[in-house]
Parts: sequence; C-alpha cells; structure tokens
Amino acid sequence: MAEPAAKRRLEELGAEAEAAVAATGAASELEDVRVRYLGRRSELTAALRSIGDLPAEERGAVGQAANAVRVRLEEMIAERVASLEADELERRLEQDRVDVTLLGDPAFPTGHLHLVSEIRRELEDVFVGLGFTVLEGPEVEYEYYNFTALNHPPSHPARLPQDTFYLSDRVLLRTHTSPMQVRAMEAGGPPIYVVVPGRVYRPDTPDATHVPMFHQLEGLAIDEDITLGDLRGVLLEFARAVFGPSRQVRLRPGYFPFTEPSVEVDVSCFVCDGTGAVGSERCPTCKGEAWIEILGAGMVDPNVLGYVEDSGYDPERVQGFAFGMGIERIAMLKYGVPDLRMLWENDVRLLEQFGA
Amino acid sequence: MRVPVAWLRSYCDPGLSAAEIADVLTMSGIKVERLHRAGVGDPSAFVIGRVLDAERHPNADRLSVCRVDDGSGEPRTIVCGAPNVAGGQTVAVARPGAVMPDGTELGEAKLRGVRSSGMILAEDELGIGTDHSGILVLEEDGLPPGTPLAEALAIADELIEVEITPNRPDAMGVYGVARDVHAVTGAPLAEDPTAFDVEPAGADRAEEHAHVEIADTEVCLRFTARVFEDVEVGPSPPWLKQRLMAAGQRPISNVVDITNYVMLTCGQPLHAFDLDEVRGSRIVVRRAREDEAMTTLDGVERRFSSDVALVCDSEGPSGIAGVMGGQVSEVSAKTTRVLMEAATWVGPNIMRTSRALGLRTEASARFEKGLHPELAMAGQRLAARLMVELCGARLVPGTLDAYPRPVAPRRVKLRLGRIGSLLGEPMPEDEVHTVLERLGFEVAPDGSGRLAAVVPPSRDGDVQREADLIEEVARIHGLDRLPATLPARRRAVGRLRPAQRLRRRLEDALRDRGLSEVVAYSFTSPSALDRLRVDPADALAIRNPLSEEGSVMRPLLLPGLLDAARHNAAHGRPGLRLFESAHVYAAAGAGEGGDGSDPVQMAEAAPRGALPARERHHLAGLLTEAAPSTWRAEARVADFYAARGLVEALLAIAGVEWRAEPGARPFLHPGRSATVRGAADGRELGWIGELHPLVAREWEVPAAAAFELDADAIDELEPDRGQDGYRDLTSFPAVVQDIAIVVDEGISAARIEAAVRAGAGDLLRSVRIFDLYRGEQLGAGRKSLALRLEFRAPDRTLTDAEVAARRSEIEAALAEIGGALRA
Ligand SMILES: [Zn+2]
Repeated sequence: MAEPAAKRRLEELGAEAEAAVAATGAASELEDVRVRYLGRRSELTAALRSIGDLPAEERGAVGQAANAVRVRLEEMIAERVASLEADELERRLEQDRVDVTLLGDPAFPTGHLHLVSEIRRELEDVFVGLGFTVLEGPEVEYEYYNFTALNHPPSHPARLPQDTFYLSDRVLLRTHTSPMQVRAMEAGGPPIYVVVPGRVYRPDTPDATHVPMFHQLEGLAIDEDITLGDLRGVLLEFARAVFGPSRQVRLRPGYFPFTEPSVEVDVSCFVCDGTGAVGSERCPTCKGEAWIEILGAGMVDPNVLGYVEDSGYDPERVQGFAFGMGIERIAMLKYGVPDLRMLWENDVRLLEQFGA
Repeated sequence: MRVPVAWLRSYCDPGLSAAEIADVLTMSGIKVERLHRAGVGDPSAFVIGRVLDAERHPNADRLSVCRVDDGSGEPRTIVCGAPNVAGGQTVAVARPGAVMPDGTELGEAKLRGVRSSGMILAEDELGIGTDHSGILVLEEDGLPPGTPLAEALAIADELIEVEITPNRPDAMGVYGVARDVHAVTGAPLAEDPTAFDVEPAGADRAEEHAHVEIADTEVCLRFTARVFEDVEVGPSPPWLKQRLMAAGQRPISNVVDITNYVMLTCGQPLHAFDLDEVRGSRIVVRRAREDEAMTTLDGVERRFSSDVALVCDSEGPSGIAGVMGGQVSEVSAKTTRVLMEAATWVGPNIMRTSRALGLRTEASARFEKGLHPELAMAGQRLAARLMVELCGARLVPGTLDAYPRPVAPRRVKLRLGRIGSLLGEPMPEDEVHTVLERLGFEVAPDGSGRLAAVVPPSRDGDVQREADLIEEVARIHGLDRLPATLPARRRAVGRLRPAQRLRRRLEDALRDRGLSEVVAYSFTSPSALDRLRVDPADALAIRNPLSEEGSVMRPLLLPGLLDAARHNAAHGRPGLRLFESAHVYAAAGAGEGGDGSDPVQMAEAAPRGALPARERHHLAGLLTEAAPSTWRAEARVADFYAARGLVEALLAIAGVEWRAEPGARPFLHPGRSATVRGAADGRELGWIGELHPLVAREWEVPAAAAFELDADAIDELEPDRGQDGYRDLTSFPAVVQDIAIVVDEGISAARIEAAVRAGAGDLLRSVRIFDLYRGEQLGAGRKSLALRLEFRAPDRTLTDAEVAARRSEIEAALAEIGGALRA
C-alpha cells in the first residue's frame, strides 16, 4: 500500500522542524520555531485538526504520524531550551567573574585587647583553673590596708612619699595589690583562695623598666594546712601554664614584711630552656643565668593574720601563702616588649600586635 | 655589697669555686647580683724579683736601667721611672705578656733606645692600693726571686656582688656572709674576728680624756667611744689596702682604713675623730636645730632639718649621725690622739636623713637596716686590736659608753612540729639544731618537741618569733628542696564572678566590633579636665604627683582615649576606634568612706572594709570612623549613631532596658549627645555623643564620637541576667504592616514609638523605624518616618479586622502628638 501523501508531508515537516530547532541560537528564536511548527496556526496543528477529513483507512496512520512528529518536536524543543539556557548561564557566569585577589568586604575588622588585659585574663584563667576566685579592689586605698595591716612598721621606707602617692595623710594610691589580702579576709572567713589583679602605683620617674602605674596579680590561699610546698606546687602549675610545660620553678629566700618565710620565685628560662645559652651566645632573656625572677611570695605572716583574727583567722589555727607578680614583667618577658612606657602610649601599631 | 672571695675564704672555705659559693649564697638568702674578677689577669706573669743594680738611663735623667733577677736564670733589663728604685730591693715584677688590672697587656718596649723587658710595679698598678709615688718595695721575708707574686700579695681576686635585703644587716659584713656559707656547707667557720679585745695600757682613764652624752635617745640607742694615744698615722699595710680595694673602698690612712675595715668585716660603721680637734673634748648627740649647717668630709656644706641627728662637740656639729663625718675633727697626718666612735643609731631616722640629704653612704646603708647595740662593742674590740697593731697606738683604759636602755638577749621558742606543718616537709630535730647553732643561735631543746633559741645580737631585728626561726631553718635547709604539692582543697570553687564575666563579654563585644583597647594613666592633669569643661576641683588630687600632668585622679575615662587619639592622629594614623575598661575616681560621698564619718579620721583605726573614695569601673569608647574605607566604599565618619550603635549592642548583651535622653555633657555636641538611663528606675548609666567641635580642636583630635558607661551600674541593674527561663515560640503567624507618618521635627523617635505602642496595645510585638524622610512636599519643620509594625497573638491567627482596629487606635495616638498617617 502506498503511503498517503499527508503522511509523507508530515515526515518532511518533522525533518524541517528538527533542522530549525537545531539551528536556533537562543531561547527567543526557539519560541519562534515552536510557534511556527507547533502553534495554533502551524501546519502540524492544521494537519491534526483535518485528520477527520481524510479517508478512513488513512486516518490512523496519519494521526499517529502527526502525533509522533509533535511529541518528538516538543521533546527536541525542551532539550534545546535546556541546552541553550545552560549555555547562556555559563556565558553569564563567565561574564560575572571577579578578581578573587581583591580584599573582601570587611565584616568588621576585629579590634584588639590590650596586651596587659590579654595576659591578665590568661593569668586569671590559670588560677581559676587551680581553684582560685578572682577579686578586685579599690586602687585608692587606706594606708591601713596598704601598709599597717600588712605588717609594715610606721617607719617603713615604702611609706615615704618618695615611694607612695598620697591623697591625704591616710589615703594613698595602693602600691601593690596586697591590701586586698586583708580586705578579702575581713570579708569572709577561711578557707579562702583568691587572686586579685589590678592597677598599682608608685612614684617612679618613667624609664624603660619603671612607670608610675602598672599591674599586679596577687594570690592568697588560707586554710588549715596550706604549706610552703603547696605554694611551690601552685606556682609550678602557673609557670608551666604560662611559660610552657617543661618549666621548673626555684624558690629562694627573700624578704617582705607581710610574709614569713618570704621567697623569691624564679622560673627556668623559657628562651634557652634553662641552659643560659642560645647557641654559643649568652641568652639575652635570662642574661645567662638560666633562671628568671618572676614573683615574690611567702607564707602569710602571723602578724597579718592577727589583724583579721576576729574574722576567723587565728594564726594558731590557719595558715597560708600569698604571692604577687607584675603583669607587665610577664609581658616584657613573654613578648619581648623592650620599654614599659610604650604600653601606655597606646600607639595603634603596638595595640594591633596583641589581643586579637 | 662587694664580697672579695679570698677574704671570705679566710673565714670559711668550703672548697667550692667562687661560682658555687655564689650559688650557695643566692639559695640561702643573699642574692648574688654578679660574679667578677678584680686585679691582674693571669697571676703567673707576676713574680717576685730582686733589683741587682739600677743605673741612670744614658738618655734620660728620670729613668733608671735596672737589671732584675726574676728567677728565670738570666737577669732581665727593665727601664724604670720610679725615683725610689735601688739595687738590692725586693720588688714586684710583671713579665712581658702580663695583663694589668685595667686590661692592658704589657709588651717589650724600647725606652729612649734601651729595650725594657717587663715592669717593676707600683701598688696602684697592681690594683692593691693607690700609691703611685714609687715602686712597691717588699719585705725580703725569704721570698726568692721567681716566687709567684700572688703568694705574697693578693693581686687577683674574685668578687661576689650581693644584694642584701633590709632584714639582714648581719650580712653587711664579710664575716656575716661567711656565717651563711658555714651554715649551708658545714665548712669550719673561723673565730669571730671581733671576739678578742686588746689589753689597754696606762694608768689613765678614757673618762679623763673625753666625755660623751646622748641628749636625744630617740635617735641614738648607744654611743661608745675609746681613746687612743701615741697614734702614728701612715699608710696601711698591703694586705689591708688590698682587702679594702677589693671591697671597693679607697685606702686613705691606717686609722681611717681601720674604721672601714671593721665595718666591712662585721657591719658596724665606726668614726675616728682627731681628739685634739674635738672642741671641749666632749661629744653630744642631739637633733639638728632647724637650718643648722656643717661641712661634711666630702667638702660639701649641708643644711639640716630638725629631724637630722648630729654628733656635736662643744661648739657645734662635727658629723651627721650614721651618715658622714664632718671636716672639723677629721683625722689627718698630724693626728696623734684618736677618739674612736662606735654608735647605734635608730634605723628609720638614718634612712630619712640619708634620703632627705640625698646622701647614701656605706655607713647609712648599714645603720638604716637597724643594728644591735651589742655590735658597737664588737666593732670597738676589732678596731682596738688593729689600732694597736697597725698604728702603734696605746689604748687608754675604759670605754665611754652611753647606753641608756640596755637590750637583753632575745629568747624565741620553736615547736619542731610547726616546721613540717608550715613547710610541708618535717625536718629532723638534729638538723634544726645544727642549722641554728651554725647561725650563731644558742639552742636548748626541752625534750618535748620544743626548743628555745637565744638569738645572736646581729640577728635580733629579724628573728623575734617562731615563724622567723622556721624561716632561718628553711633557708639554710634549702627552700628549693621542699616538695611541690597542691593544697588539699575544701569548699572553695574557682570562678569568675558574674560581673567579671559580663565585663569580659562587653570588652570582647567592643573588640569584635573593631575597637582596640587602650590602657591610659589613671591620673590626668587639671588642665586636661579644664579642656573638657570638667571642674578639676571635684577630682581627687594627688599630694605628691610626679608632675602636674598626673596630679589628679581622672573622674572619667575620656581624657585617656583623647590622649591616645591625639597621639595616633599626630602620627598619621587616622580611622581610630578605641576603648578602655578601667576605674574612675571621685571623692567618697556621704554614706561612703565607712559610716559617713571623715575617712581620714576613720582610718586611724581599722577601716573595716570602708572605701576611702568612690571608684567605679567604666567602659568607654571613642571612634573617628564608623566604618573603614574599602576599594568599593568610602569610609564612614563616626557620628552620634555610630557610638549609639555600640551602646545598643553593649546594653543588649547586658540585658539592660534603657533610654536615651537628649543632652549630656559639656564636652559633647549639645544637639548630638545623650544621657543613657536605665528604663526601669531612670538611673544614669552613662552618655553618648559627638565631641564638641571646640573640645576636639583643643585636644587636637579629629571629629569623633564617644560613649562612656558605668559598668558597675550596669551590673547592679541586672543581677540575675539570663535567668528568665524558656519562652514559648508561638507558631501563630505574624501580621506585618508598614506605616508612614508625618510629624514635627521636634518629636523624637522615642515619643513616636511610645505613641504607636500605646495605640497598638499588647498585640504589637515589635516596631522598627526603617526610613526617615524630609522634603518640600512635607513642609518646613516636618519629617516623615516609615515604621514596620509586627502584630501577633500568642493564641490565634489575627484577623484583618483586628489589625485594622489597632491601626486606627495607633492613628488616634499619633494625632495626640501632632502626627498623621501618610497615605
Ligand atoms: Zn635564658
């Protein structure tokens, strides 16, 4: 049986449409193609509509052929649309390319904590970990707390105006954080484990290693059976946390009016690892001594406890240790800050080096 | 203090190197600062020589050409310039290659045509004296030529420089230092050089020659004097000169050298008077009359306040007690009668005098630590022996001794068990015993775990209680041998308090928003406060400031931030964002400083927790830039809202409800500043604002915005922050409505928001102003704000009708403040 002309025409139409789809270069052209071949006025639509006019024996074959052409054409157009859209996206993305080496929008450039704050927090955290509570106290202080209750006799030279800033006969700027030992004990009975960071003042003319204001961290532990060995253990933990796990501490006899026995505490040098030498040169940090003096400490003098006896500190029943360290000294040692005066100059070039 | 090691070894030689001795001292309480050598280099280049003959140099009148036997077999030729050189002398010879004390190396040299191979030495060239008038001529003493010079003279010595703590006047003498070496090492200790006296001679009595009297017993505890006659003043022998030189004292004459030597040996300073120059042969100790003057030994005329103790003769001052003698009765070459003073002064008085005069001497450094009156007689004994031995003097019988309140030896009890419980390690009784005895304590055990110790006078100031004895035992035993243990903890838990945690959070918030923390001095200048229009009279003033720059305690943090801003701006670093977290200070108000009484009087007794000033912890920030410039955006200059944004963030973190009221401080832009108040009680929490342009100009800082908050007040507001518990997250949808309103310029956003809230009732969850517009069509003095309102009910979905009803209520409320909804 010969193919009906209508079916042949449909096949030609199909081939023509396929060629047109393939030739399109953009989605908009494709829409034209779709309207031309599948639109309401297209030949294919007309053919489908006029199937009924065909002889009955041709209707089935032509109808199937027309549907097949339509379905294939729709599929092809969909595919072509997808492919063109992908091409276009790729082109657009290519055009959107940026210079990835340019700086990003700052979320906001982070600022910095002052070096002293950073070290202070580090020390606080170490001692909190060791079971100490952090206290703060007044910087404008009574002579009583700063000297008298700390067992400084009335003639002690530290009381002289050459060594202490006075606001009145009996009121001064604290010269150390130690007055908080007495205030803390007055405020609550034993056991007590506290550290006290804060500003202290001495009338030293500023030079590389002296400034009239600096920071200390005081420690105090009083209980029934605190020993000098406990002081050594606590300071060993502190030294290892701050200066590195292989540090040693060394206790030497010292002298402070408010501790007895008094000790000076050295830590093995963390630059030369306690050898005193870096290569063949003398270690610049410990000056070849292998040890660095880091703080003063001792067992709380019974006379000091005597001042707070009615708060529960009977020197025959409780005992303990106290220590005090300079935060700036640790800054100088650990970070090599050469001149203390720089710390209060607040030059942003220095501020930005620490505490991010 | 300089401790010559050879001298130290003469009292106690532990068979250790100087470095090891230094370690012993450091670890037992005498901190060694430095260990160094003094004197010549390698001593083997220095030998005893004999001058065989000395002839005049053919080409130079003043030079001699000497042939010297130095024991090497062949006599060496040495050209010598000393006038006293002569054949037959036993002399000190330096061979070529010798290194002199000043570090120069001796070479062979031709002097006016004659080759000189070595040098005949004067004592100053050896560093053992100061004499340069001629070569040192030695006693023959059977020293053959070639004998190392070091066997005859201490030409090389090691020196230990030590730092003596104020509690150790006993260690201000070489013998005291030797005692510590003995106590630690157990090496034998020589007999105390002050133990022996000398027999006086003659039938007269010291009282017949002179009279001493203490007129003021508050400055002098004891005044002893001895009289010496037939004194031959001259140079000291080489051994004495060498010890003084090594210890850093210049030899002067035998009498003066003896006073210094005794001081360096046992720590008791002495003073020698030419008794014939002591007017009235009478010494009186008294305080100075105001403005009294005297010329001291150093040739300086000094004036005194009435606190200064003076040693006077019948016509006036002849010495500053315990510090320095006067010229008036100084020992000279002509002196034949000496009055030797050994006194005990009150330490604090000497320290005040020494500081007030700016005159710190070897004597004052010892007296200020407080010496025991017994030591005065110890010094007299050693001095007397040397006066007789070295000056041919006759000690007149009797000691003039003004000693109004004799001090009895101190006895201290020690419970042996306390040693272990304090140190963390028990110590055997016999070790305790041995250590204390080596330190000079007389120890008597009582057989029941206690002992009583009699304190040697030189340690009396430092050892008065059981704890002090335990320290003695511990420092000799070795503190470094104690175990490292941790406290057996009871009850206490380590933590930061909530206020401390909050402060860290706030500081971190500022840091993370691009601000860098500064630390500025707590004191400032009155003129700085003037520049801020803050009255300096209200600030706490320091009586003895280092300078006017730091003479008042700052009542706010801003001046420190401004200083930092000026410093950085002046160095070309713009775009500053700075903050500080620190105390500010003000006088204690009524009800503070204890019970409201005068804090000064209060502190006479125990203040019992009272605070002498009003101190608050503040947090302040200053910015010249809100956002930095980037390659695609301009920098934004900091204005009021930049600072306010930071305050909003901080107070949100703190969980504080607050409000801003216009106007704040005289140093701020009057139209762009606000007081920050707590919403609940209206308490002032701080301020926000742009710097007043005049203030910025006077401080030489760029335009800036700043804020300052009272961190203590914030903490007090919200003591149980973050403990509200869970709040239901409702799932009923919100209705969002945007409205635009037009109001007069003078109506603040806060008032508009309050009106909106009043009208909207409790269905309104949030209101946010998202646009502000001014334009001609609104008319002058009017502004338009766009608000986004969010309505929500916890229990149902809102209907349009409900929201519309609210909207008309809002409209009515806005009408009351002259506002109208915009179409
Ligand atoms: Zn080192």
